[in-house]
Amino acid sequence: MLRYIVRRVLLMVPMLVGISLISFLVINMAPGGPIGIAADLNPKATAEYRERLKAYYGLDQPLHVRYGRWLGRMITLDFGDSFSPDGRQVSEKIKERIPVTLAINLLSMALIFFIAIPIGIYSAVRKDSWFDRISTVAVFTGFAVPTFWLALLLMILFGVKLGWLPISGLVSLEHASLGAAGKIWDRARHLILPVLLAGFGGLAGFSRYMRSNMLEVIRQDYIATAKAKGLPERKVVFRHAMRNALLPVITILGLSVPDLLGGSVIFETIFAIPGMGQLFYQGVMSRDYPLIMGILVIGAFLTLIGNLLADVGYALADPRIRTE
Amino acid sequence: MAKGREHSILLDFLRRLVRNRLAVAGGAVVLFFFVLSAFPHVFSRHDPNRIDVLKVLQPPSADHPLGTDELGRDVLARMVHGARISLKVGFVAVGIATAIGLLVGLVSGFYGGWIDAVLMRFVDIMLCFPTFFLILAVIAFLEPSIYNIMLVIGVTGWMGVSRLVRAETLSLKERDFVAAARAQGAGNARIIFRHILPNALAPVLVSATLGVAGAILTESALSFLGIGVQPPTPSWGNILTAGKDNIEFAWWLSVYPGLAILFTVLGYNLLGEGIRDAVDPRLRGR
Repeated sequence: MLRYIVRRVLLMVPMLVGISLISFLVINMAPGGPIGIAADLNPKATAEYRERLKAYYGLDQPLHVRYGRWLGRMITLDFGDSFSPDGRQVSEKIKERIPVTLAINLLSMALIFFIAIPIGIYSAVRKDSWFDRISTVAVFTGFAVPTFWLALLLMILFGVKLGWLPISGLVSLEHASLGAAGKIWDRARHLILPVLLAGFGGLAGFSRYMRSNMLEVIRQDYIATAKAKGLPERKVVFRHAMRNALLPVITILGLSVPDLLGGSVIFETIFAIPGMGQLFYQGVMSRDYPLIMGILVIGAFLTLIGNLLADVGYALADPRIRTE
Repeated sequence: MAKGREHSILLDFLRRLVRNRLAVAGGAVVLFFFVLSAFPHVFSRHDPNRIDVLKVLQPPSADHPLGTDELGRDVLARMVHGARISLKVGFVAVGIATAIGLLVGLVSGFYGGWIDAVLMRFVDIMLCFPTFFLILAVIAFLEPSIYNIMLVIGVTGWMGVSRLVRAETLSLKERDFVAAARAQGAGNARIIFRHILPNALAPVLVSATLGVAGAILTESALSFLGIGVQPPTPSWGNILTAGKDNIEFAWWLSVYPGLAILFTVLGYNLLGEGIRDAVDPRLRGR
């Protein structure tokens, strides 16, 4: 198992090099190169700033030398200073935003897992029942609903009309004056809508995926054997079928990291949540170019980690993979 | 004789497609929005860009069936004209993605070896970037305009198609008819474009149909965030931005454009699934 993990981690190295290469090309393909962009598009870029940038990117050097430097900087997570007035290091700005985004995405993954999986199992076991038909229609509608629109509707309903839930930020203005329980409740109330929306896209996909896995597994001989042995249906479904149908879901959960990260731009912007997605959006709007590149690379890196966790998780759950 | 056979395959396909009620419903929605964007003036007599300060944020009425926006413009007119923009972006973006995906997939699958290895590693690496991040990063370098949006969505969306086409090509190039063509002296280009490509098109058609839905969703999200189609050009996404800004007073600005997006996307998805089932009944129910 350890050997498998080591080999899997080593496989990430060429991918990381590729990610750095593509990011590097994106900067250098842009008209005018990094300095052109930085200086032309950012009104705050002064002559002094131009010089700093020129030194930073070493534009007097040939392309491969510059790439080597960029790679070296990337490994130490040095993405330079942000263009924003505070001029802080990009890596620091990202570091303080990551926990919020990860927390919300983990919560929404849990939500997906505990809602979509049972729906998928039940639809498969009771195929063509009313439940299955309704959930199929719901899934197709779910695929088509723009998340940001749903966010608006829920904000209108629960925030504006009913006034039950807050519609922006992570805490209320009076958060500091609340008691311990009040603080937790306050945070939870702020998280309900964002977590629901972050997970929404996944709900439809995962329940559908689980359903088709279950249908596939149910057809297998060992299920027929289990039934023939006279095991009660509950045991057959949960002990024999579900475990096998869940295996591929681990992989998909890991592969959904880039979609979740991309989605965080939308819901963090709508709900004014200070996470990585909002930071990225602000960076794009203000053309804060070091910040954009930094988040792009970090986003790709997190995706790689997601794939790694998925593969290792799969190997842990399924011994057949390890022996290969 | 070959002509006749092709004909019956097509008829067979259409017959199966028409028998699928959901696919027909999806096709009807798709058709409806086509007609809408072809003849916008039939569906709304108002000018989508006429500002009227006396009619700001009016709720739906007989004169303005879907109300007016923050500048007093008729929402129905803006939505009808926005349909054309959304469809255009969807189709051009998917066209670009499909063209790149086809080329990469065909070359990769046909030539194999190091060409295949390099191209597929490139695909793997591209897939590591969260697509939405990649799109936003490129847009930050370009000006947000309808043409750049099409280009960016297309250039960041071809990887799935290329994998699909590569897999098809790998299996097709081993078939007897390819060997027969080669024996008759056909060159690589001829084999790829005349013999492999036509046979690999069915799954590409399915993924392109589903891709239009995805591209329309992405465009509307970008426009909603203010980095897609720029006002005053109407788009479903940027009407929703006005909806968000006036969330406390004008629900109609938020509700209707979203419904339009939902039905369009649903239409393309159902049609795409229907085509998939009709092309290959074995895939039914995924």
